[in-house]
Amino acid sequence: MHIIDRRLNPKAKSLGNRQRFLRRARAEIRESVRDALKKRKVSEVDGGEKVRIRSKGLREPSFGLGHGTGKRDYVLPGNKDFSVGDVIRKPESGAGGGGPKGSPDGEGEDDFIFSLTREEFLDVFFEDLKLPNLVKAKLKSLSAPERMRAGFTSDGPPSRLNRLRTMRNSLARRIALRRPRLSEIEALEAEIAEEEASGRPSEERLKALRARLARLSRLRKAVSYLDPLDLKYNRYERKPKPKTQAVMFCLMDVSASMTEQLKDLAKRFFMLLHLFLSRHYSEVDVVFIRHTTEAQEVDEETFFRDTETGGTVISTALEEMLRIVGERYPIDDWNIYAAQASDGHNFDDDMDDCLSLLNGEVLPLCQYFAYIEVAPDDSSASMTSVVWSGYQEVARQHAHFAMKRVTSPGEIYPVFRELFASAEGSAREAG
Amino acid sequence: MTAASGSGPLFDGAEWDFELIKKCYDAIEKIGVEEMGLDIYPNQIEVITAEQMLDAYASIGMPNMYRHWSFGKHFAREEALYRKGHRALAYELVINSDPCIVYIMEENTMTMQVLVLAHAAMGHNHFFKNNYMFRQWTDATSILDYLSFAKEYIAECEQKYGAETVEAVLDSAHALMGQGVSRHPVLRRSRAAREEREIKRREYEEATYNELWRTVPRSALAKAPMDPSQKEAAKESETLGLPQENLLYFLEKHAPKLEDWQREILRIVRMLAQYFYPQRQTKVMNEGCATFVHYEIINRLYDRGLLTEGSMLEFMHSHSSVIYQPRFEDRHFAGLNPYALGFAMMQDIKRICENPSAEDREWFPEFAGNGDPLGTLREAWANFRDDSFIMQYLSPKVIRDFRLFQIHDSSDSPFVEVKAIHDEAGYKRVRKVLANQYDSAARDPDIQVVSADLSGGRRLTLSHRARNGVLLEKDMCDRTLQHVAHLWGYRVKLVEQDAETGKTLKEHEALPLP
Repeated sequence: MHIIDRRLNPKAKSLGNRQRFLRRARAEIRESVRDALKKRKVSEVDGGEKVRIRSKGLREPSFGLGHGTGKRDYVLPGNKDFSVGDVIRKPESGAGGGGPKGSPDGEGEDDFIFSLTREEFLDVFFEDLKLPNLVKAKLKSLSAPERMRAGFTSDGPPSRLNRLRTMRNSLARRIALRRPRLSEIEALEAEIAEEEASGRPSEERLKALRARLARLSRLRKAVSYLDPLDLKYNRYERKPKPKTQAVMFCLMDVSASMTEQLKDLAKRFFMLLHLFLSRHYSEVDVVFIRHTTEAQEVDEETFFRDTETGGTVISTALEEMLRIVGERYPIDDWNIYAAQASDGHNFDDDMDDCLSLLNGEVLPLCQYFAYIEVAPDDSSASMTSVVWSGYQEVARQHAHFAMKRVTSPGEIYPVFRELFASAEGSAREAG
Repeated sequence: MTAASGSGPLFDGAEWDFELIKKCYDAIEKIGVEEMGLDIYPNQIEVITAEQMLDAYASIGMPNMYRHWSFGKHFAREEALYRKGHRALAYELVINSDPCIVYIMEENTMTMQVLVLAHAAMGHNHFFKNNYMFRQWTDATSILDYLSFAKEYIAECEQKYGAETVEAVLDSAHALMGQGVSRHPVLRRSRAAREEREIKRREYEEATYNELWRTVPRSALAKAPMDPSQKEAAKESETLGLPQENLLYFLEKHAPKLEDWQREILRIVRMLAQYFYPQRQTKVMNEGCATFVHYEIINRLYDRGLLTEGSMLEFMHSHSSVIYQPRFEDRHFAGLNPYALGFAMMQDIKRICENPSAEDREWFPEFAGNGDPLGTLREAWANFRDDSFIMQYLSPKVIRDFRLFQIHDSSDSPFVEVKAIHDEAGYKRVRKVLANQYDSAARDPDIQVVSADLSGGRRLTLSHRARNGVLLEKDMCDRTLQHVAHLWGYRVKLVEQDAETGKTLKEHEALPLP
């Protein structure tokens, strides 16, 4: 007999099987991920995901005997009070978990739930949406070198001396080389003094004590308190680090004309944008501003759920955004993105204000400004809305302003992609 | 802790280390081999983590399995159940190989390790080495090598022909795994032996030749010349070896469109199916044997003061949960627990050998009171499989203890009927029905290839001999048939016929997808 420790064998031996399984279950997983997209909050979208899979398409079929046909006999344990000849009504189908049928291998797997890792989830998410390779391309352009701590070194300028490390080394060395403490020498000197002061000093003892004192003093001189060997300095390295902060403004018209369906479209767009940004920046703030005839900053729930009544004045939202930027997000430290969703309605006389605000103040602050117009279906797509025609001029002047129209959830991603594909050039110019 | 055996417990506490396992194993092996007379393959004990255990589970219990999505699916499923705490992991996993590989989990306490070693390294190991089913069907020395060959071969195929193409073949092959088994051992006679038989037969015919027989008129049927198409069919049946119950074998040899590598994959799956065939038919016996053996060994260890009372209590706790049999109406009921039934029957055999009642003497005159329980059991372990074991050894006492009763269920009635219970009149009946329940010939559908029409449209015809009117589950049958069509490459038909009357009950058809 021998024992083998297999615990250290390479982990995740089943990874290959898992990948094959995920590929196989792609359709089901995609559906599940799509469902998840509906339920999730904008800022939660890229966490790992529990996926519920209906194993129907994943069932492994085999020839087996059916339940509802023919005659069969079987034996069961635990008889309480049946006797021969008793008849019992069969359980209604579906009740009681199928009853005691003699299924040999327990086919009939129900749904089962398992977790995708964050990476797998995003894979599916982007696979579904066919994300181009623009994430990586953008990451580079946004990086700025930064000094970061990188351990310790034994030489450097005095200003970077690490005292704790240095003293720790010094102490260790002194202990190792048995450098006598000052107190030891003092105690010895006191002993000698005492011996000398006493009436009849013993020469022999005095001699021994003096010799010891001499040895200790010599040792103390030979082993220094602080040696160049002990010195440790902090070390820094310059590492390219992406600008870490971004703020994303979600502006949405919540007037009565924005139906639940249109809001859902907008939500998906915001979600994508959030995901997109959070892959670039370590920290992404999201600010929700909703507006009717006046704008206010709200939390996410309110943003998507509540309906307001009233007209639409877009400039109020832009003003609110400028106010918040001024208060909380200095443009030197923050990358500012804005996405606006509306159904294209605005008070006619507001458009001028709106455009001048955009041109004059908002757009210079932003890395990127995306406007999407959500429309119930194609019928209105042919009509140009007030906002659409107004913004067209802006789009012509500013490369980092983009606008698109969306009518169904399926269009969200292509639109998103177009928006950001065009943004790449402008980002490079700006960066 | 002292190392001296017999003077104190082997260990104290839950922690284990390799030294300790070695020491305990030696004590266990001593009892198992020397006292109980077990005959085992050398053991190779491997310590693994929970994740590795899940992994092994998912790949139908084999290490080094080839890659397939279904194993990933099982893994995900088991993992989810495990994480939610719905299911505990098995403490051990054992592979019928020489040397016998026993996986034990690192999370087990020392007591559990002892239990596992006695259960798997002694019980299962002895059963694998001695039971006739395993001796006949499996080759313990080569299985691991074969698996690594299979894994490499399939990985290579994936490289060459694309993962998805290979996967499609494996999917189809897996679907037919249940029909990939030859239930009757092929007569392995050498050519010389066959020729010798041939000569002997001729000699016998010459020796017994009698002119008189020529004068007897032959029956009209035999005389009538065969229809040419019939003749063709008969010839074809002969060359193809029809009827053939092993679908995978038939497809591997005769499917017209398959490439060589696809045939090889079918062969690999068929080999695996055949390897697992005995396990499916000896669940009760195999688990019963292992449970009986661990119970015996641990009790002997305890009697000698080699186990502490704490360990013994822990052991009793897990032992009793392993052999728990819920009643039929219990929420947890999932059929008869093979551990419970096997263990109870074997304990009962021991009792009958040592301390029989009058009833036992009447039922089991061959061994009641023979005073050699282990000898009797070893013989049972060697020469039976589940159905025959139950038929032979299920005693009235066990039937009473389990309160077994027989139900008759006919699909055309809204009621089921109790046909027999655990009383004098019912014992034999219950025993017969229960044995039949474990008989693979009765449990698995009887499906055969009957014709292939190679000279015509190449339509493959399968037949299912439906016993007692029990038909195949329609949805699954159609999907599986689709897989047959995929491998065969042409139209496939499955006819369900009544086993007795031969009347056609139902037909299914499938076409290969382009």
